[in-house]
Amino acid sequence: MVALRRARHPVSSRPRLRLPDLVDETLAGVFARPARAALTTLGTVLGIASLVATLGISRTAGSQIVGRFDELAATQVTVASRTTGSGSSERAAAFLPWDVESRIDRLNGVVAAGAVAEVANPGTVRTVPLRDPETVTERLVPVYAASFGLLDAVRGQISVGRWYDEGHVTRRDRVAVIGADVATQFGIDRLDAQPGVFIGDELFTVIGIIDAAPRDAGLVSSIIVPYTSAQDRLEVTRPERVVIETDIGAAQLIAEQAPVALAPNGAEGLKVTAPRDPTTTKNAVEDDVNQLFLLLGLISLVVGAIGIANVTLVTVMERTGEIGLRRALGASRRHIAVQFLAESTAMGLVGGIIGATVGIVTIVGVAGSRQWTPVLDLWLPLAAPLAGALVGLIAGLYPSIRAARMEPVDALRAGT
Amino acid sequence: MSPLDLTASSVEDPASDPAPAAAPIQPVVLLDQVSRMFPTDPPVEALRSIDLRVEPSEYVAIIGPSGSGKSTLLNVLGLLDRPTSGRYLLDGIDTADLGDAARAAERGRRIGFVFQSFHLLSYRTVEENVGLSELYLGTNRKDRRRRAIEALERVGLSHRLGFEPVRLSGGERQRVAIARAVLGDPSLLLCDEPTGNLDSVNTASVLDLFDDLRAQGITILVITHDAEVAARAQRRVRMVDGQLGEVA
Repeated sequence: MVALRRARHPVSSRPRLRLPDLVDETLAGVFARPARAALTTLGTVLGIASLVATLGISRTAGSQIVGRFDELAATQVTVASRTTGSGSSERAAAFLPWDVESRIDRLNGVVAAGAVAEVANPGTVRTVPLRDPETVTERLVPVYAASFGLLDAVRGQISVGRWYDEGHVTRRDRVAVIGADVATQFGIDRLDAQPGVFIGDELFTVIGIIDAAPRDAGLVSSIIVPYTSAQDRLEVTRPERVVIETDIGAAQLIAEQAPVALAPNGAEGLKVTAPRDPTTTKNAVEDDVNQLFLLLGLISLVVGAIGIANVTLVTVMERTGEIGLRRALGASRRHIAVQFLAESTAMGLVGGIIGATVGIVTIVGVAGSRQWTPVLDLWLPLAAPLAGALVGLIAGLYPSIRAARMEPVDALRAGT
Repeated sequence: MSPLDLTASSVEDPASDPAPAAAPIQPVVLLDQVSRMFPTDPPVEALRSIDLRVEPSEYVAIIGPSGSGKSTLLNVLGLLDRPTSGRYLLDGIDTADLGDAARAAERGRRIGFVFQSFHLLSYRTVEENVGLSELYLGTNRKDRRRRAIEALERVGLSHRLGFEPVRLSGGERQRVAIARAVLGDPSLLLCDEPTGNLDSVNTASVLDLFDDLRAQGITILVITHDAEVAARAQRRVRMVDGQLGEVA
């Protein structure tokens, strides 16, 4: 140091300002008027807080919705025939097979699959060929022909008896599983007597009662028979739809593969209904929520920036004398500009940090009140202070240029 | 050469004297036909072909009525303003060759300013105000702090280090400003009406301080219209209508 001071006479190129000194000057400048700095920062705090809260809450809500979908709908894929033409000329573009279990179960990610068709004109359904004028013994009940995989594919529950299996189907057994509602209507509660039901004039032996089918609640009010015997006696030809239960996350994949597996020559003639891609769903929800609030957040950020710019400009005018003094002490125009830029950036940065904190607390509060799991993108609490600093930087540009352009002579004369 | 760093100067004096044998005595200030015209309508010629030579360790007072161009001269000498024509050598450096940033650097390094209105930052302590002088020289913070304390000791204010300027008397404030001005070890101390805001007691203490500084070898140039201040200087120069004349 001493040597440097002794050798003070060579012409120096530029004045220098060390970074720690700049930090000192900036902090001193900001904290010289703490109340003003706090109020100035408020605009940025509000803007950043609303941005963070908006992004976080919509993300939280989005994952909540996806979470609900996951349980049932997100694991279901339904395949049906497309139809071409219209009215009387309407016909299926491709035909579904009945043996879906052997075709679909091999696909990775499939839990169960079953084909089903509604019997077109089953006629009335009764339990005994008896005409009793006092009670209603004949009813119109929907009848479905189904492959044996349907029960698992709709997550059905058998309360009494059993579901039919591949053997019944192969042997073309005339058996039926009736819905719990139908069983109540016909007074069937035990199966050890092997009760029968007449569908039209065809007799089927009831082997089970299904009391729940979350994917197809209508089955609980219906009669289900193996498709082979339905082909024999109820004039059923082709399945109308194939219901597939997949593993969580596999629905999209199965939706692509199932048509090929079901109809290798006419996959494009099949219509697949799969849950929306979870990401798509989530994004859609977020988009809806976001648009408006993001706009509000951006507006408050702009207002905050104007606030910082305004106050920094006032500060520059108030500190004209200081600017003159610093120029006299050897500060270049760049040093003056950098100092005021640093002050406005620091205010923006602090606003961003406080705003991010307020925003995150809001997210947690909202999530807590709805009993949601708060979900936060990791980049958000990091990016928010940076955004605040950027706002401060931009806001400080004009005042800093004004400060740097001041002529030292004028600045010294004007200020005290 | 360094009034504030006696150990250093005693070690290096006279071997590394900045005026080596080749150039016997380098003047601190050399003005050669310097003019400054303000392009107003009609144009104002604030300085007219001024010649001035200030040797090291001189104590010069520039006196004259207001409007005579004293402040313009001070601005030119302080590298705050550029002459319209003529040459200005500061420590032998032709200042016309310097760009804006280089002028700022030379200003910070070679010139110490003392203002009538002190120009102390109200939100900084006395010690920080003094240290500000070396801020743009890029010196080490710890050394700067030490030298600031030393400088305040020189002006008799070591008991006011942590004070804010508002709590000081006018005389004390000007002494803080003088400590700041001499901290960078400048070639030239430029004082613009240094006692203009002070009462007679404080004026006397500031003038005594100038005498001390001069005895330590600092070159001082004071602009004043106070006869008492001018009388203390070794040499007086009168300025009238932008022209200089020595006063016997």
